[in-house]
Amino acid sequence: MTPALLLAQTADIDAWQAFWQYALIGLTNGALIALVALGYTMVYGIIELINFAHGDVFMLGAFLALTLIGAMGLEQAGAVQLWLGIGLLFVVVPLFCAVLNVTIDRAVYKPLRNAPKLAPLVSAIGVSFVLMNVGLLWHGAADKHFPDLVSRQNLLGENAAIEFSYKDLLVIGMTVPIMIALTGFVKGTRLGKAMRATAQDPVAATLMGINADRVIAVTFAIGGALAGAASVIYGLYINTVGYQMGFTNGLYAFTAAVLGGIGNIPGAVLGGLVIGLARSFGSAYVGERWTSALVFVILIAILIFRPNGLLGARTREKV
Amino acid sequence: MPPLLEISDLRAGYGQIEVLKGISLEVQPGEIVALIGANGAGKTSTLMSISGCLRPRSGSIRLAGQEIHARAPHEIVRLGICHSPEGRKIFPRLTVLENLQMGAFARSDKAGIQQDLDHAFEMFPILKQRTTQAGGTLSGGEQQMLAVARAMMGRPKLLLLDEPSLGLAPLIVLKIFEVVKKLNDEGISILLVEQAARMALKLAHRGYVMETGEITMHGPAANLLADARVQAAYLGG
Ligand SMILES: Nc1ncnc2c1ncn2[C@@H]1O[C@H](COP(=O)(O)OP(=O)(O)OP(=O)(O)O)[C@@H](O)[C@H]1O
Ligand SMILES: [Mg+2]
Repeated sequence: MTPALLLAQTADIDAWQAFWQYALIGLTNGALIALVALGYTMVYGIIELINFAHGDVFMLGAFLALTLIGAMGLEQAGAVQLWLGIGLLFVVVPLFCAVLNVTIDRAVYKPLRNAPKLAPLVSAIGVSFVLMNVGLLWHGAADKHFPDLVSRQNLLGENAAIEFSYKDLLVIGMTVPIMIALTGFVKGTRLGKAMRATAQDPVAATLMGINADRVIAVTFAIGGALAGAASVIYGLYINTVGYQMGFTNGLYAFTAAVLGGIGNIPGAVLGGLVIGLARSFGSAYVGERWTSALVFVILIAILIFRPNGLLGARTREKV
Repeated sequence: MPPLLEISDLRAGYGQIEVLKGISLEVQPGEIVALIGANGAGKTSTLMSISGCLRPRSGSIRLAGQEIHARAPHEIVRLGICHSPEGRKIFPRLTVLENLQMGAFARSDKAGIQQDLDHAFEMFPILKQRTTQAGGTLSGGEQQMLAVARAMMGRPKLLLLDEPSLGLAPLIVLKIFEVVKKLNDEGISILLVEQAARMALKLAHRGYVMETGEITMHGPAANLLADARVQAAYLGG
């Protein structure tokens, strides 16, 4: 949507400027996809489950944000209240999604932990439909306008060739620190290392005294919180939400996770950026209607040469 | 004083199949006990039951008199049982240092952990040169040393070792057995599962022989070494 919009605005500027503009749009959208992709990849890394409900947790996060904006009257609020309100969204919505994600795991996936892989997978699809119906009841079937709380004003100046607005700044300013913090957590902390250990060898991790249930719960909580943050950013950036947004965005995010190497955290980020760029350039140079096909052609092409994804399984395990 | 580890009439299995058919075994404080037997006898299953990864169907497992068989594996580690599992199970994409840190996951005494880390490097100097290398890229022998060192990092009362010599060159096997002896001298009790039965029985104080889920013989290691049946079946005549 945004690329097409900007295509019209930038039609008269020179080709290179347009190229950089599309690159910027691609990276911004890609960062958003990456944030959702992280939730898929982290959960897969720990319990080898494609959590199909993850995209719908993201959708419900956006719906909660929409409801809260209405309740707080943020559209009419002054600048200070507005930023406090947005700050509050970034606390409450991730918290909600974290709790929701952990609850889904406890109630549905955990009883199936030792069942054949297909059982939790089918359950995840089921949960996805249930959450979609919750969304349908909550905000109806039609797409809804998400209040345009963040200015579109170009930070580079009114007449600058490239547009970089407060909205773009919001996306970059939120996603980059979140990803850095996540990397620091996983690499540097005791719990983060326990998480990686559990992902690599759950039995050995248990023998080290790591409580696998706890690690799994933390993973779902983090994945949910990331989806929650992404949903607020998405609403403020794209300004349209609907009960099916979890499905479409979830599909791209899941694809990003596979592209980067499922289970691999930097891979999910890289995959998100690649898909964001492919969509942006695709809709600019090939045509909006071809973007989805293009994204999957790229996915298949990359997987033919790197079956484990861009960053998947770099170290071979010795037996 | 009760035995450090006391297994009584333990039954366990997978699905329909019972693989431990009522075994009893004990380890006294300060002992090295060898558990030997043919492939598929149930040795690994025995160690996995002690660690809480395989749930007993009946019978009991006690540590210093306290029942532990209903506890979760991560709690059992905190009670003082560390396990170097069959097949090493090194974390392949954690560094050597991180692998060792995971061994101390259940502990919070920083100074003690650092002390044990130095101690592990002293016992296996090769690991010290490899601290930043990914565990999965170590050689088989190095991985086995790491697996033993990692289990040591939990500062256990009882150390379970599942075939530490598997697939290793004779010199490295000697090295590992030397370390096992040293750890025992430092007061750690050890339950050692081994295919290299002769070496294991030479090192151990007592031994148990297991056949298809049952303990068929036990006694002082020297007696087992001298036993004609043991010689025929496990010591190559
Ligand atoms: N996860 C499992 N599921 C089903 N059966 C199993 C499982 N693990 C072990 N078994 C069976 O239990 C029996 C005992 O296996 P166990 O690994 O305890 O033997 P072992 O004495 O350690 O053998 P080895 O010397 O070959 O390591 C075997 O018949 C094995 O096939
Ligand atoms: Mg075995």
